[in-house]
Amino acid sequence: MSAILARLGRAVLEQLTRTGRAALFFLSLLGALSFMIRRPGLLVKQLYAVGVLSLPIILVSGLFVGMVLGLQGYANLVDFGATSSLGTVVALSLIRELGPVLTALLYAGRAGSALTAEIGLMKATEQLASMRMMAVDPFQRVLAPRFLAGCIAVPLLAGIFTAIGILGGYLVAVEQLGVDDGAFWSQMQAKVQLFADVINGVVIKSVVFGLVANWIALFEGYEAQPTSEGVSLATTRTVVYTALAVLGLDFVLTALMFGAW
Amino acid sequence: MATVRGLTFRRGDRVIFQDVDLDIPRGQVTAIMGPSGTGKTTLLRLLSGQVRPDAGRIEVDGICVHELNWRELYQFRKRMAMLFQSGALFTDLNVFDNVAFPLREHTRLPDRLLRTLVLMKLEAVGLRGARDLMPAELSGGMARRVALARAIALDPALILYDEPFAGQDPISMGVLVKLIRTLNDALGLTSIIVSHDVKETAAIADYLYLISDGRIVEHGTPGALDRSHSPWVDQFMHARPDGPMSFHYPAPPYAADLLASPSA
Repeated sequence: MSAILARLGRAVLEQLTRTGRAALFFLSLLGALSFMIRRPGLLVKQLYAVGVLSLPIILVSGLFVGMVLGLQGYANLVDFGATSSLGTVVALSLIRELGPVLTALLYAGRAGSALTAEIGLMKATEQLASMRMMAVDPFQRVLAPRFLAGCIAVPLLAGIFTAIGILGGYLVAVEQLGVDDGAFWSQMQAKVQLFADVINGVVIKSVVFGLVANWIALFEGYEAQPTSEGVSLATTRTVVYTALAVLGLDFVLTALMFGAW
Repeated sequence: MATVRGLTFRRGDRVIFQDVDLDIPRGQVTAIMGPSGTGKTTLLRLLSGQVRPDAGRIEVDGICVHELNWRELYQFRKRMAMLFQSGALFTDLNVFDNVAFPLREHTRLPDRLLRTLVLMKLEAVGLRGARDLMPAELSGGMARRVALARAIALDPALILYDEPFAGQDPISMGVLVKLIRTLNDALGLTSIIVSHDVKETAAIADYLYLISDGRIVEHGTPGALDRSHSPWVDQFMHARPDGPMSFHYPAPPYAADLLASPSA
């Protein structure tokens, strides 16, 4: 019994220590951000790596998600003769939830895992240590540009995902199923609010998710055991933890923004 | 150049160094040798302030390394360089950009002058023609030479070499041995080599320290150590399989171990 308690206590202590390290890591990241003013080129390179290269998966996924929403929405609304609301249904689903959440999940799989593997391997091959030996701070030179680029890229990708998703919904609803073009857009225009929906949904949520996804990805890479198994474990952890954190935070944010609390 | 007094360093309960004293003379090549796992690389990390000792004092060029704060430590490291065992080249940069990296980070040299400097450093290690290659296209020996060119880019006063000869073919090894000595003398550096390659290291070192079990077992010039009567030094310097240093890792008696139940 005491052995189980000891193991449990050790696990809790380790988790607390890790959380503390993650918090200190985050503070160091924030402290290193000012370096980007002097070296904007580093940021642009990373924006390309995590943002531009994530575009194909975001565009294709957004289109399909929007098309599915169009189909599902039509199948349900047609029974009530309410297909004119389809534009609103598609837009609100994407703007409030699916856009930011799915973008963050796709980002974790495409860019977050790559960030973890890259930083983990840089650590395993002593590139980070050699940088420190050259009096170059890896937080400023390696981690901060990736963090800032990721935090900028995720909201932009979420916006693109949402826009392309609405277009996908339009293609299915209007072009294929014959929903009235004017009703689709005018209902959407009438019901979607700038602050309550767009700012709360796509903007605030995706900023929070982007921050968390990049924090987790970089921290896991930085903390990875410098072995092939360690890097592989860290990459898996990035995807799993980001997915859990994004979904959990989505509930909290939704409750705060749209809930009755 | 560097002095170590009463150095004690532990990892958990394991003692890596116990009350170690060392002196590294300026302008010379000093080698720290010993079997694998004796903490030679850790000693380089202690000298460069990457880890802090549990007790003792480490001074490099009159500066107590482990008392420096983060900013002072980075300032201090501009005067030293370390050649990592793997080379630790940046895999996303080609050879030229790897060597240019410290210059770009710490100076504001115009591109033309920077190019000249990088080509001079690459010429010194014989790889000027490889400037456009990526690290993945280099052999192990070439990668270490590029890392050496990068290490001398900022003209450091002290270079730390971590197992520079490990895993090298005879030609690469010969090239590296000659390079380390030549660079040390030509650029007026102080070099510390951590290695277990006895022949190569003894050929270029001015002074040797032999460490084992967290202590300095013997020190002296290569010639003096070669003639040493200490059985440990004799075993290590002449690579003898039998001697005070056991082949076996500490373990319970063989017969008892074989007959013990699997759960034991």
